[in-house]
Amino acid sequence: MNVLVIAIMVIFGIAALLCVVRIIRGPSILDRTVASDVLLTEVMCVLGADMALNGHTRNIPVMLIIAAVSVFGSIAVARYVARRDNPTP
Amino acid sequence: MTAFFDLALPAPVAETIALVLILLGAILCLSAAVGLLHFRDVPSRLHAATKPQVLGVVLICLAIAVSQRTIGGMLMGLLIVVPVILLQFATAPLSAHMVGRQAYRNGTINQRSLVVDEYAESKRTPPAAG
Repeated sequence: MNVLVIAIMVIFGIAALLCVVRIIRGPSILDRTVASDVLLTEVMCVLGADMALNGHTRNIPVMLIIAAVSVFGSIAVARYVARRDNPTP
Repeated sequence: MTAFFDLALPAPVAETIALVLILLGAILCLSAAVGLLHFRDVPSRLHAATKPQVLGVVLICLAIAVSQRTIGGMLMGLLIVVPVILLQFATAPLSAHMVGRQAYRNGTINQRSLVVDEYAESKRTPPAAG
């Protein structure tokens, strides 16, 4: 196995671990939303890297669906977060 | 014409280019995660999260196209990969905008770090706005 492949795998793993740390520690729910969005995009990157390394194109539909749908999670959380801005209307 | 489409990069060259592109994308993913862990409030975390992430996806999609080796295969790969990039470009600012606005309204923003606060003039949020 190539050295570059091992480096790529280690870097992806460290990035995913840092995202999970932010999801666990994040003080507000919006931090967790941002971190989970980053984690989902990283899953997309890993699927693409697998396609490029192994020379097939079977994961393209999964990447397309993730890219189209991942926005709804952030929007749903951002709309229904409790609002604390107007104590006196 | 078909002879032109059958022209191929040598296998080690194509593999090395694809590996370097994937490595750059992985480093951008890592920088997004480090920024997520390092910054203090939600808007700066959004700033760290969205931009390197989208560029990383673009680089990895280019790596997918390059790893097809023949010129026709590369064009076909680009055609397959372009919808993913366009969707990512369309949806990443959308979610970042919604989350950032809600962070402002929620008070999870560092007020002293703002230079201009144009949003404070509209005290009342309109009824159906986010």
